[in-house]
Amino acid sequence: MPWARSRYPWRSWLEVNAFRIAALTALVSLMMSARVSDASDDVQRGEQIYDRCLACHALERNRTGPKHCGLFGRRAGSVPGFEYSKAMRRSGIVWNEATLDAFLAHPMRAVPGTTMGYAGIESPQERSDLIAYLRSASASAAHCR
Amino acid sequence: MSSFLKLAQADVLDAPRRAFLERSGGLLSASAIALMAGCESLAAKNAMADDGSDARILNTALAAELEAVAAYQLGADSGLLQPATQRLALTFQGHHRAHADLLAATVRKLGGAPAQPKSDYGFPVERLKAQDDVLRFAAQLEKGAVSAYLGAVPVFEDRQLAKAAASILGDEAMHWAVLRHALGEEPVPVAFVA
Repeated sequence: MPWARSRYPWRSWLEVNAFRIAALTALVSLMMSARVSDASDDVQRGEQIYDRCLACHALERNRTGPKHCGLFGRRAGSVPGFEYSKAMRRSGIVWNEATLDAFLAHPMRAVPGTTMGYAGIESPQERSDLIAYLRSASASAAHCR
Repeated sequence: MSSFLKLAQADVLDAPRRAFLERSGGLLSASAIALMAGCESLAAKNAMADDGSDARILNTALAAELEAVAAYQLGADSGLLQPATQRLALTFQGHHRAHADLLAATVRKLGGAPAQPKSDYGFPVERLKAQDDVLRFAAQLEKGAVSAYLGAVPVFEDRQLAKAAASILGDEAMHWAVLRHALGEEPVPVAFVA
């Protein structure tokens, strides 16, 4: 048996592969930090796209449109104190990445009768960035107490 | 007879509307006046397959314009603005009021109930401590308004209403640029707005 030569076969295996393990660890950590950085870039780009929403929306308060704090997992048409269209109240939508993506692509087609008279965001990348920002900001303690 | 047909048979400029146009004087652009005419062209199309979406879009824009009027009032009353800036704020407020009046009149013509001003907009007053804070707050609203109108223009059923919305968009883009300039920022930072 090959490992019979050493009393601690795992030790010699570690010694032989130490360089590979270190390289692999470094690679994985690099990939993870790249992913974190990508996610952070998404949120930053999304924040800039959110500027387009600021005529009507805010994170922390209802305006012409409802507030966005607590958006994810919320049933559409359910923010207290905001007067929704009948269409939105009856839409049955629960906001998540998929429903937001469909709505933001073309609000008036997704929910005919919505008061959000807006053509939508055509670019899937922009929608994805905006949703990443909304996910982060709508649960942020700084904005949403 | 539907309200749209009544509109179609009405004078192009009935008395109250004429009075409104006279009151508004130079503030109304040709496109804005066309908005009123747009009601007639919408009416002429009868009520065909109209689900009231134009009135809803206009009403949403109206609600945002009313908030802008209140926001400029907040700025003007803040005591933070220098006299020249205050004059500018009041001029821009006048534009928003003219937009709001016109949008409300058009919503009414389309048979809708115009949005009303809120008693409290919950503005973030705690963040307004200097003139630049007020200008930045106003610039943010104007930038958002430009995007909102840009998003509304393609979805109007009536092209005259789209044209009028584009006219308002142009005005609010100018506000945004002037406010950026007042803040010492590049007035027109990009070739295209989004």
